[in-house]
Amino acid sequence: MSRYVKPYGDTLDDGKVQLSFTLPMDWSEAADEAARRLVVAMGFGDVTVAEGRSIASGFSFFVVYASTPASVDLAALAAPAARVATLTMEQIDALIRESVRRKIRVAGACIGTDAHTVGIDAILNMKGYRGDYGLERYKEFETFNLGSQVSIERLVEFVKEERIDAILVSQVVTQKGSDVQNFTALGELLEAEGLRDRVLLIAGGPRMTNLLANELGYDAGFGRGTLPSEVAAFIATRSAERRTVRQ
Amino acid sequence: MQLRIDPDRVAGARRLAATIVDPVEAFIETHSTVAVERAALRLLGMNGAAEDGVPHANRFVDDLPSEVLAQGAVRALGALVAETGHSPATLAERGLLPSSIACGAVPEAAARAVLKPYVEEALNRIDARRAERAAFLARLPQLPPPLLYVIVASGDIYEDRTAAVAAAEAGAQIIAVIRSTGQSLLDFVPEGATTEGFGGTYATQANFAIMREALDTVSERLGRYVMLTNYASGLCMPEIAALAALERLDMLLNDSMYGILFRDINMKRTFVDQHFSRMLNARSGIVINTGEDNYLTTADAVEQAPAVLASQFINEEFAHRAGLPDAQIGLGDAYEIDPDLEDGFLYAVAQAQLARQLFPDAPLKYMPPTKHMTGDIFKGHLIDALFNLTSVMTKQTIHLCGMPTEAIHTPFLGDRALSLENARYVMTTARHFGDEIELRPDGIVERRAQEVLRGSHELLERVAKRGLMASIETGFFADVRRSPDGGRGFDGVFERDARYWNPFEDALSP
Repeated sequence: MSRYVKPYGDTLDDGKVQLSFTLPMDWSEAADEAARRLVVAMGFGDVTVAEGRSIASGFSFFVVYASTPASVDLAALAAPAARVATLTMEQIDALIRESVRRKIRVAGACIGTDAHTVGIDAILNMKGYRGDYGLERYKEFETFNLGSQVSIERLVEFVKEERIDAILVSQVVTQKGSDVQNFTALGELLEAEGLRDRVLLIAGGPRMTNLLANELGYDAGFGRGTLPSEVAAFIATRSAERRTVRQ
Repeated sequence: MQLRIDPDRVAGARRLAATIVDPVEAFIETHSTVAVERAALRLLGMNGAAEDGVPHANRFVDDLPSEVLAQGAVRALGALVAETGHSPATLAERGLLPSSIACGAVPEAAARAVLKPYVEEALNRIDARRAERAAFLARLPQLPPPLLYVIVASGDIYEDRTAAVAAAEAGAQIIAVIRSTGQSLLDFVPEGATTEGFGGTYATQANFAIMREALDTVSERLGRYVMLTNYASGLCMPEIAALAALERLDMLLNDSMYGILFRDINMKRTFVDQHFSRMLNARSGIVINTGEDNYLTTADAVEQAPAVLASQFINEEFAHRAGLPDAQIGLGDAYEIDPDLEDGFLYAVAQAQLARQLFPDAPLKYMPPTKHMTGDIFKGHLIDALFNLTSVMTKQTIHLCGMPTEAIHTPFLGDRALSLENARYVMTTARHFGDEIELRPDGIVERRAQEVLRGSHELLERVAKRGLMASIETGFFADVRRSPDGGRGFDGVFERDARYWNPFEDALSP
């Protein structure tokens, strides 16, 4: 059954949104009008330029409120999240002990030239994130944090040598699509080495979604705000399923 | 605002830092690196690259057999100049290398003598650039600190230039051009004006010059000098320091341990490189910025506060050994405490004020929140406002403005304007707030500061006992383990021959 939603200002279906942007022109009343027409051209109605001012010579900044006629049918959306049922650390350890019957070996790395390890550290390090312990703290995970700027070749070599079961790769830098190229290259190299089916391949980063990860051929993708236990639950559940299938 | 702190403990911490640095300095004195040698060659005029993109300085150093390199690349250059009568620049342009010309036995005195004018010219150029800066600052004084510092990072130096000029007009006093991701791991300095980078723009001599010229022009127009910053830490610290001196950069990110811990650069390489680069910084009047903020982005800020202070003491000691005066040592710290922590703001004030009192003459660099910034730009703007307040209250000197869009993208031009507006508003409205505050004796702020100092002292004691290199090896700093002979760039470290000669070291040694 269709259920349409649109933005809510103070009345259902008023479609109110706020926009802010910079135009490469000096501010004047004409610039305000340019901003207004631009937002009209985007398809918005009821456009109010709430603020327009100069921020440097040749640049002006605007805050605009407007209404959108667009709406979205919720019934047509696929549920994209990789999250499985919420499990505690103890439950996850127990699941692995009972269903996988050996420790799961997890390697994490920031690949390519990316030096932003905040995400991978939050998921792997003992301390974890927002009071949720990292994978190092789990009894049934053997974790390897390879750190930043790890080349794809080195990571694959490591996976082979250390018989890794699950790979967590993260990238923050998204300028000019470098992240997508690196993620894809890793998948291809694992495929070429005949390792792809043996590992769980998981992507992370502030702009990552499970949908994007699936498009890239990954088993799962986790974006901003992900807790370590969510990743842990995914690895444990999926590993348990695989084990069951093999038996 | 004044914290009561134990002066004996502070003096003790400084003595420990000296004990920690002593053996490392002994190592530095007997070693050099390919990057140090290349920096010396560049200063002598061997800048630029061949058509294949390989810098002349790299080709020259790579051409030397190890026993020759051990005596210093400058010695080999001197022999070549004496033999051919060409200048170092001409030798480079013509691709003439030590291996292609038999120099016979050029007497050492002749090799040294022939380079003397080039050495003097290099030092004169550095001094002239420094004098230029001083003249600018006298004629076009900066606004009072905290000096508002913003980053440009489009990947295209010409877009960066546009962004830098716009930021200066919006109130920025320092512009940093962030480097392309991964440049710190390149064992050469790229060449030319560049328009493609990832997460930043390549640091090249040409890019330095483009930005300097644009900022000089806008400085004249605004009537205040706008400073330029880039990043030295990495495999090319000494060369970046040389190029920065020649192109009148005003600040450089230069940390004695950052590359080791956060970029897996070999520790021996880093220690030797940071020393030479800092000697150059000292001569060129460049203010270094250290990278203690990195301890906080990777771990919990409350827990890591003593490690930050310990690193500040160590960075200060290394800087003093390279001849940097306090006025050129921009020790780093960051506002990274979890916004959900009760009284987190008080802890941030305690730590910032502690650094201010312990390093009274250092132009402290205060870094904005990044770890707890989410995609919520509204909350982010609010956290930045409290960061701005902490900075003005505790009289930080260099203030890296936080971006509401941190964790989303490299800043848009409009993001920078909003961020600068936030900082200007808070710092104007609360300009003398800190002077009006008397801290409650033994209150939350004072106790926190004392706890951090005590923790730092204990850390330094442990490092002093074990040795700095061994401490890094056992994961003492930032939970990262690095082995003394592991990491990137180790093959570029070598022991000096008894006849080693580097005229710049002779001229710059404190």
